Amino acid sequence: MNFQRTSAIVLRHYYLIRGSLSRVLPLFVWVAVDVVLWGFITKFLNTVSHGFNFVPAFLGAVLLWDFFIRVMQGVTTAFFEDVWSRNFLNIFTTPLSISEYVSGLVLSSIATSSVGLVVMLALATTAFGLSFFVYGLMLCPFLLVLFLFGIALGIFAIAMVLRLGPASEWFVWPIPALISPFVGVFYPLSTLPSWMQYFSHLLPPSYVFEGMRTIISGGTVSATALLWGGSLAALYILLACRFFVHTYRHAVRTGLIARYSAETLS
Amino acid sequence: MPQVLSVVELRKEYGNAVAVDAITFDVGRNEIVGLLGPNGAGKTTTISMILGILEPSSGGIYIEGMDVATNRSQALQRTNFAAVYAPLPGNLTVYQNLRIFGLIYGVRDLRERIEALLKQFDLEIFRDVKCGVLSSGEQTRLSLAKAMLNFPHLLLLDEPTASLDPATARDIRKEIREFAEQGPGGVLWTSHNMYEVQEVCDRVIFLSHGKMLLEGDPKALPREHGKKNLEELFITVAREPLTIDAGQAS
Repeated sequence: MNFQRTSAIVLRHYYLIRGSLSRVLPLFVWVAVDVVLWGFITKFLNTVSHGFNFVPAFLGAVLLWDFFIRVMQGVTTAFFEDVWSRNFLNIFTTPLSISEYVSGLVLSSIATSSVGLVVMLALATTAFGLSFFVYGLMLCPFLLVLFLFGIALGIFAIAMVLRLGPASEWFVWPIPALISPFVGVFYPLSTLPSWMQYFSHLLPPSYVFEGMRTIISGGTVSATALLWGGSLAALYILLACRFFVHTYRHAVRTGLIARYSAETLS
Repeated sequence: MPQVLSVVELRKEYGNAVAVDAITFDVGRNEIVGLLGPNGAGKTTTISMILGILEPSSGGIYIEGMDVATNRSQALQRTNFAAVYAPLPGNLTVYQNLRIFGLIYGVRDLRERIEALLKQFDLEIFRDVKCGVLSSGEQTRLSLAKAMLNFPHLLLLDEPTASLDPATARDIRKEIREFAEQGPGGVLWTSHNMYEVQEVCDRVIFLSHGKMLLEGDPKALPREHGKKNLEELFITVAREPLTIDAGQAS
């Protein structure tokens, strides 16, 4: 691994964001809109509930879920910049290795998702009184598990786009929405039918949101469950990396990299 | 002459179709080799395999003795390329693009190197201009500047002067000639401009239907095959490859 090469990918993304309002705004506008919307919904729910505080349960869940989405989209968007600017030939004919390239995408995602997280935290705390002290130190493993799974899903998504062509980016955007019912962002997993719960247990965010609700209801989070969630996320990163390398090798073997805009070789 | 590129029995098949058929050639230091042939002859396929973005079905590619298949990063560290079909990202400025690729290639004293290339390729006034708004000629000059960033030992140029006016094309040929004569490496050049090839290349290789048909001095080859000039020889290779004795490829 050559860090200078990896930093070049991060620098490229920084240049693109710095010079473009249409790239700066999405870093925090949508998450801010989500926090405001759910902030008012939770405020309303607090007025009709009998003592239950919806702010940490719902607004906290929205914040964590949006963080996960930002991490995933941080990876995919950095990759799409090469797709949109038809830069594959220039990038993949350099000494840059696949691990250096993917690391650059991940580092870009850390930077962009951190901006979103800071804005969400500031807004949720100042405007709606969300206190992260409620979650205590468990906030760190919660964020870590979501971060790892966001990276895994991001790498899986870019491998899929590399395999299926530029138009398949439209498969990527709905991925978080597709998995959200299974991970119980707003409701306990026990609400789900048993066949859905089976999938829930394979998805690391399920352990985060279950843990979050356990804390709010005064219980103690199972460290084993959270560790299992983190281990699953780490495993998914390894599998996603393998999938990306496999897809890249297929693209090199078939010539798809050199003719990427054709989408297929048939 | 020490070799910067050795291509050995290189073959690429797509199903039953053979795009490149067991070609063998090399490029020496300070040498410009023209890879010629009609559209679909296998030139770009060959260049893609040398650059590691297309896996050969069989055969080997060695850049300064390093196998591209097993030492990709090290081999490509001393290689670079420019092609009319691979412009640099239009949403970054000239300087930003050169800086990013300079970092990827690990260029020392990058700032000074970029300034020198901006001057050499007459791009100083476009330093902070986004590449997408450059004319095709300016983009070609930028691609060449990027291709020379790392003082490559092997420079691959796929129709580098295709979109240039005659005066700019002549300047570019001069730059590349100087690079080959004074620089550390050799050049593999594809072009459909036979006048240009005759002027610039030390040696040419004719491909047709993926096979190597001829190899030799671009000034002597037409005479050897009873043709007036290189263009006439090219047309013969393109239309009637069977009339050329394949055994003459050395």
